[in-house]
Amino acid sequence: MKKIFLTAFLILASLQLSSQDLLDILELEAPVTENIVSATFKGTRIVNGHSIKNRKDSELEFIISHRFGRVNTGFEELFGLDQANIRFAFEYGLSDNLTAGIGRSSFEKTYDGYLKYSLLKQKTGANSFPFAVSLFGSIAAKSQKAIAGNERTFAESLFYVGQVLIAKKVNSSFSIQVTPTYVHRNLATTDADPHDIFALGVGSRIKLSKRVSLNAEYYQQFQKLESINTRNSLAFGIDIESGGHVFQIILSNTITMVEKSFITETTGNFFGGDIHLGFNLSRTF
Amino acid sequence: MKILYAFFVCLFLVSFTNAQERFLTKKGIISFFSETPIENIEAQNNQVLSIVDASSGKMAIAILMKSFMFKKALMQEHFNENYVESDKYPKATFKGDIIDFDNITTSEITLAIKGNLTIHGKTKEITIEAVTKKTDEVIEMTGNFFINLSDFDVKIPSVVKNNISEKIKVSFRLYHKTYKK
Repeated sequence: MKKIFLTAFLILASLQLSSQDLLDILELEAPVTENIVSATFKGTRIVNGHSIKNRKDSELEFIISHRFGRVNTGFEELFGLDQANIRFAFEYGLSDNLTAGIGRSSFEKTYDGYLKYSLLKQKTGANSFPFAVSLFGSIAAKSQKAIAGNERTFAESLFYVGQVLIAKKVNSSFSIQVTPTYVHRNLATTDADPHDIFALGVGSRIKLSKRVSLNAEYYQQFQKLESINTRNSLAFGIDIESGGHVFQIILSNTITMVEKSFITETTGNFFGGDIHLGFNLSRTF
Repeated sequence: MKILYAFFVCLFLVSFTNAQERFLTKKGIISFFSETPIENIEAQNNQVLSIVDASSGKMAIAILMKSFMFKKALMQEHFNENYVESDKYPKATFKGDIIDFDNITTSEITLAIKGNLTIHGKTKEITIEAVTKKTDEVIEMTGNFFINLSDFDVKIPSVVKNNISEKIKVSFRLYHKTYKK
């Protein structure tokens, strides 16, 4: 009896050893690798606001962005095309995790500078981690001359924004980002206007094809400026990738491209037709 | 019964010794090269798994696509995201037979390897040549060959048609050592 068992075992063992597929052995021997999730978002912006995407080390990008006037201004204004806010910007990767940018917008002749740091990365495999976290800080300076009697100092022209970007690539075609935001203005237009505004942004990317994705973004404010009738910023964008650059076409209820402005100073009613067509063009060097 | 028993003991021992004749590397190097008048693109993978069964002359290779390193990070992202779709097809594999493996010696000779190469979920039968040599502890194989991207359904968008070659040169250097389980 014992012998039969032993025989059976030997038969199985020899079959097992001789038929073991070489690829299966490789599968067993494959080390568990750490995989950093990439391409959560394709551009450094989801639509208007920043995404967790950083420029890579020593990569320089020149960005030209346009936001035209409101489409509901009609034919006389060529549906907003007669009016435009333009922003030129340079963005540079100081390292793979730290990006710096400077820009200048025609709207209120605003200069802005920012730093974005990738703190935690989403990973699969070894040391897996479910989402990515980046920190963002920016300063904007309004340089448009004030009307007589309303002169302000340089310090009074400054605005600060801090953001925590928390993003997750759910699968290869869907990514989402939540963005707690703090905006501080040194000068409030009226006493009723808050100096500090907190907001929460939500953005997403849906991949439509290999090189095209649909992005959406919404910023909910928890305090509002009282001197102007502000609304929450809502924007939709299409990302088109062509070789080394991403081209973004945008529809939003805001004409500005700097965080402090589009988050706290948006006045357009998207569903009332106050929609601004825009685009972001970038070239990486 | 006794004879049968002895036979299976032998078979067991034989297959056991066979298992001892396997040679494995986890640090094989495979690189590819695309050459066009406009731009050359190059990537290298230093973590290729490859195994040779010296008793049968069979071999297998597994290549993790995300381990290909490019000079430009953006290229690497595009490679994984748009060209080989690494999330869907994480690995390229090769499984084949080394023809006339018994001729292998301690000095270099060229042998042909015939087998199936799978990239991007598409399989194609290929025959490649490799400079090989074998000692008691090591089987070394080096060589290069060309693949056509269209054979593996990897599409080049028309905008970058002039930047990426349809024919890709693949080079390999596999330094297998005795595999002990």
